[in-house]
Amino acid sequence: MSKTLRNIFLGLVLFLLSGPLVVVSGVSLNAKKRLFFPPEGVSMRWYVELLTENSWLIPVKNSLTIAFTSSLLALSIALPLAYFLWRYRVFYARALFTLGISPFILPPVITALGFLSFWVTVGLYGQMAATIISHAIFFVTLPLVTISLGFESIDHEIVEAAETMGADSRMVFRTVIFPMVRPYMISGYAFAYVLSLNEYIVAYMVAGFTVETLPIKIFNSLRYGYTPVMASVTVVFVLLAALIFGLIGRFGDLPKLLGALNPENQ
Amino acid sequence: MIGEKPKGLRAHLTLTYPALMLGIFFIVPFGLMAAVSFFHRQPGGFYIPGFELTNYKNLYTALFGRTLVFSLFVAGLSAAVCVSIGFPFTYFITRMKRRAQVVWLVLLMSVLSLSEVIVGFAWSLLLSRTAGLSNLFVWLGLMERAVAWYPGFMALLFGICYLAFPYTVLVLYPPLSRLDPALPEAAQTLGASPIRTFFTVVVGSLRNAIVAAFVMVFVFTLGAYLLPQILGRPRHWTLSVLITDAAIYQTNMPLSAAMAIFFMFVSLVLVALTMMIGKRKRIKTV
Amino acid sequence: MPQILIRRFNRAGKSQISIFNDKNSMSGLTLENIDKNFGSVVAVCDVNLLLPDGQFVCFLGPSGCGKTTLLRLIAGLEKPSRGRILLDEEDITHIPAHKRNFGMVFQSLALFPHLTVGENVTYSLRVRKTGKTARRQRARELLDLVKLSGLIDRHISQLSGGQRQRVAMARALAIEPRLFLLDEPLSALDAKLREDMQLELRMLQQRLAVTTILVTHDQREAMTMSDLVVVMGPDNRVHQMGSPLEIYRNPADTFVADFIGTSNLLDGTCSGPRDVTVGGARLEISEMPDGMIPDTKVTVSVRPEEVHVLPGTEEGANRLHGSVSFVRDVGSSVEIYLDCNGLQIVSQSTPKGRPAVRQGDQATAVLPASACVVLRS
Repeated sequence: MSKTLRNIFLGLVLFLLSGPLVVVSGVSLNAKKRLFFPPEGVSMRWYVELLTENSWLIPVKNSLTIAFTSSLLALSIALPLAYFLWRYRVFYARALFTLGISPFILPPVITALGFLSFWVTVGLYGQMAATIISHAIFFVTLPLVTISLGFESIDHEIVEAAETMGADSRMVFRTVIFPMVRPYMISGYAFAYVLSLNEYIVAYMVAGFTVETLPIKIFNSLRYGYTPVMASVTVVFVLLAALIFGLIGRFGDLPKLLGALNPENQ
Repeated sequence: MIGEKPKGLRAHLTLTYPALMLGIFFIVPFGLMAAVSFFHRQPGGFYIPGFELTNYKNLYTALFGRTLVFSLFVAGLSAAVCVSIGFPFTYFITRMKRRAQVVWLVLLMSVLSLSEVIVGFAWSLLLSRTAGLSNLFVWLGLMERAVAWYPGFMALLFGICYLAFPYTVLVLYPPLSRLDPALPEAAQTLGASPIRTFFTVVVGSLRNAIVAAFVMVFVFTLGAYLLPQILGRPRHWTLSVLITDAAIYQTNMPLSAAMAIFFMFVSLVLVALTMMIGKRKRIKTV
Repeated sequence: MPQILIRRFNRAGKSQISIFNDKNSMSGLTLENIDKNFGSVVAVCDVNLLLPDGQFVCFLGPSGCGKTTLLRLIAGLEKPSRGRILLDEEDITHIPAHKRNFGMVFQSLALFPHLTVGENVTYSLRVRKTGKTARRQRARELLDLVKLSGLIDRHISQLSGGQRQRVAMARALAIEPRLFLLDEPLSALDAKLREDMQLELRMLQQRLAVTTILVTHDQREAMTMSDLVVVMGPDNRVHQMGSPLEIYRNPADTFVADFIGTSNLLDGTCSGPRDVTVGGARLEISEMPDGMIPDTKVTVSVRPEEVHVLPGTEEGANRLHGSVSFVRDVGSSVEIYLDCNGLQIVSQSTPKGRPAVRQGDQATAVLPASACVVLRS
């Protein structure tokens, strides 16, 4: 009995998870500028418009730039912090780690408002740099958690083995620690990248009127006239996210990154 | 080398950069916001430094109270829905083969990363008259003609649950995947049916994880900002909307900051209360 | 067999006594008054050892006795709280691990998961800036040595437990270390494989004549492999050091007698210059420790295989009477448990020499004077 029940349950969840995505993909194929499902006629014109119209291209470029640089910045903050915490277990490193986790736990509006008051005071309100730095801080949690997992996967005896073989601490870092942590850095970067690409409220509060990102653009279109381009953007986003997480799942250890203890045994 | 105390300035050099970044760009903004909530608002412009409780007094309005209660209610309800669906779901996932797990996790991560805008847009389509589910029901002969199911409270609830569901699974995944597989097996050899096993052993031994997940999801859904605007009516707007509105459209930063601080305070108190109830229950059962 | 690997030949088999007394002419490892505390926890207490060159030494003791800490102190992975470590009379106490040129095999093996077998094995040469071709050449030699030829480009995850073991050993031997240290490396292997590896490791050590220290809690392992055994006790001190046979025959105290093999430990009192009274019976003793005055409380240790059992009651010195409480016949040997007025005595004999007694019979246990080792209580 339980097998059937379980499968019905899983099927229902799958339906609810993918339902909206299916409808959106359908709508993105409409031939006319109407949001019909099933689509009336099939065309790729809304995908073409996304890649040719300036009103869409600029947000695309903004979003990509912000995601690329802010996740790099987040990574650069997370790596030394995670390393220090792994190497020396001291309370102030723990406290800093907690601080790095909190932007992800607090309701985003609060963090966003903090950023807003800061950038207004500093005078960078409305600049892309403000969005980039804000996103880096806002998403620092992701590389911090994944890289810390990476460091924890390095058995202390492995470091000691390198030492007994003649490596000083710089050499140990270069030849053992860094190569072992690198896959976790890549995953952490990818997480931050995808989430930055999709983030709305911080980007809106910090520079919403001058630096239009894709989510802001979509919301504006929602308010001021629907167009199937919104659907095609959504499809591209979903595919991009699925591709990135699929790559992590294929080449990395996704269950472990998400907190499973012994994924290899399962 | 590992686990020793850091000695001297050089060891601490590694920590300087992250400490500075988090200090300048997280603690300072936070402190600034807290300070602004006590500042004096200048009509038309921004604010001048000062210390007054006017902004907090201004919170005492029917609109703010109703919105606060509504926000907490929606968040609590959707967190409860998410955890009660997400818990068995995550349990099933963790018992799957690794490859199947990865496929599900990729799907969940993809949905999790979706912007609130996109989720709102997708659900507004799904619940719309022209492209929505009701067309499917008409086609199946269950309904006479297509209708729009949004905006409305149920549409909002669906949207928020959709947004929070992958997050719920992610929060529940570590404790469930670490659950000793021998535990349910032991219960079954003792004569418990699979369903009974699930409720007595799996749910029972992970009570703490469930409470923690509920709290995390509760706070997460408190942050919903766009969905109430897309899927709800104005009376379904949450505090997040009110706060942004005050800051951006009314250019009333002090009021907005006061709302944010108050909001954070209330959610922290609720979180602490939930944790405490969870703990007391555990002590009782032990 | 590459020439460079055969550097020193084994000097084991020399008289052990001279090794201990001849302090000045020794080259080897000296530990002087070593203490190690972790906070308020004492891990190693007052250790003084002299480990001669070319020997295979085992640190043996129950878990928590500080044997691993002692090895880590020697490796330079921990600093002693007190005392000095000398190698060939040079003080190395404060030389960091990466400058000691030792090779170490860890309990977890600690192979680098991101490197291939060949890269693992020659890591210490890479650190010392040896060229790529020379490294590969050396990797081949080392893998030949541990019988893993052809696996040079495999990944660690593709190896079996025994193969990993060999890679770890080859890696530690890559620079011809001055000391070869092993921290319970065989504990993860199953029994059969472990015994094979013990023999192989011993033969490798003899061929390379490298001074080797192995930490183990398995007394059988220590007995099979080593020239010298250092027994540590739960008080984190060294209780005895000597050849395996010496330690077995002449345990220094009750802990060693009990920990190494099995022993009948009988409480008694000194009743004469060569006499001990145990359970009302008089035992003649061949060799009495110094300074035993009458009425000193002592413990007599007798190995089960030294105890003879005779049917019936026979009077005389070194004889205890009792009833047979249990007979355990495991095929290759027979154990007889005697209850002598509350004292339990175990005797072990070969099936051929099996005494003609059954459970419940009256019998006599004979404890030969030469087999009784008297220990202070």
